[in-house]
Amino acid sequence: MTKTLTDTRPIRLKGRSFLAIVLSPELPFHNWLERLDDLAARSTGFFLGRPIVLDVEGLDITQADLKDLLGELGERGVRVMGIEGARGSLIGANMPPLMKGGRPAGDIEPESDPVAEPAAKGKPAEQAAKPEPAIEVHSPRVTSSIVITEPVRSGQSIIFPEGDVTILGSVASGAEIVAGGSIHVYGTLRGRALAGSIGNASARIFCRKLEAELLAIDGLYKMPDDMDPKHRGQAVTVWLEGDTIKAETLA
Amino acid sequence: MAKVIVVTSGKGGVGKTTSTAALGAALAQRGEKTVVVDFDVGLRNLDLVMGAERRVVYDLINVVQGDAKLPQALIRDKRLETLHLLPASQTRDKDNLTAEGVEAVIEELRKSFDWIICDSPAGIERGATLAMRHADVAVVVTNPEVSSVRDSDRIIGLLDAKTKKAENGERMDKHLLLTRYDPSRAERGDMLKVEDVLEILSIPLLGIIPESMDVLRASNLGAPVTLNDASCAPALAYRDAARRLAGEQVAMTIPGGRRGLMNKLFGRRAA
Repeated sequence: MTKTLTDTRPIRLKGRSFLAIVLSPELPFHNWLERLDDLAARSTGFFLGRPIVLDVEGLDITQADLKDLLGELGERGVRVMGIEGARGSLIGANMPPLMKGGRPAGDIEPESDPVAEPAAKGKPAEQAAKPEPAIEVHSPRVTSSIVITEPVRSGQSIIFPEGDVTILGSVASGAEIVAGGSIHVYGTLRGRALAGSIGNASARIFCRKLEAELLAIDGLYKMPDDMDPKHRGQAVTVWLEGDTIKAETLA
Repeated sequence: MAKVIVVTSGKGGVGKTTSTAALGAALAQRGEKTVVVDFDVGLRNLDLVMGAERRVVYDLINVVQGDAKLPQALIRDKRLETLHLLPASQTRDKDNLTAEGVEAVIEELRKSFDWIICDSPAGIERGATLAMRHADVAVVVTNPEVSSVRDSDRIIGLLDAKTKKAENGERMDKHLLLTRYDPSRAERGDMLKVEDVLEILSIPLLGIIPESMDVLRASNLGAPVTLNDASCAPALAYRDAARRLAGEQVAMTIPGGRRGLMNKLFGRRAA
């Protein structure tokens, strides 16, 4: 039977990278789960709704063990979207797909046939077409950048862990920019700027006029009260020297 | 062709309803068929400002839910026959507004009016997002103080993200209407200056409405300020703003301010 498509537009397939939290459980699991409960008790809702990747590399476990662990995590509200470092035979049906290098590895390695089923379920065409472009996107060697040509408004956040963010306009009070690399603002920076967010101490922040609510590089941050008043309202570059955030007026 | 305008601000109490009524009346005075629509379901005020509170039979919710036909709910103004009001419901809440219902009402209004002016509720929730959803043009009402400016900035972000125009990849026209402006207080530094607000929000200026007792007096009498006393300073400023909305070139002035200087400063930035 042939089906006639009335809408012939192609299905859009894109590679995209997301930042996920990787959990590495340790044996014995009951002991590790106790420590996880302790962590969850201290920071309520930390795992709630976040995509989690379970890294089981080097663990000598059976499929039943993994199933139990996933059940335990599920009860704790931890939503596992993928499993990393597992043998193909370890992953049964209805388990999250195997992930490798940050991309679904379902149909790359033929010997891991049982894996392909849950990963490809319902979307065989997408799975078949997807892996190639994904490799390029996930490669850490590629330095990328984005340019925002509009002012960033209050309440908006630009999150770009892959590299530099350039803004042609101002960043409003109550807006935030999170970049894996440097942040360039060709306007007034009134909101929050967090550069080098995934551990890049050489990242910098540049702005034409500094009125920021918070500046951070590689997790170290500075509030307006700690900033030198002489930099306020000036064109400034901000960088990290050891554990201190330095700033200098741009000529 | 019909134009849908949303009057919005994020923050409450900055003059959205007053501005909706004043701009609506000013546009209607030009002889163009105008309807002002109250989206503030549960806290309706536009009927009071328009002086039509005792004439409300059916409201927006009745029309959205199909209990009444649109012409039954529309109230024609007693002073201006080109001006109409579609009131909100006071006994319901904003959950009664549905996206499909609102779309159908706006589409029907487009057929018989030149201007459809939607008075948005404060906030960024359902009522506000539905009021802006089908707009062609946004009038962002802002007071010259920091919290109002930041809330307006937030609303501008939503106008570029959550409206039908934005979803179709088009640009929403946004205009700044600065209300309750007091030139002498701004001069003394007690208030943000016009250029500060423009610098932060970076959208074109539609008008500057001076702080005036005439505005409150008109509201209490149940008349849009542009109808109550057409020669007072805020009425003149609203009339100029309405002319700019209609596409006329009108030099920017602050009534009571220094005319020449203001022309120099803002003439080129005017919408």
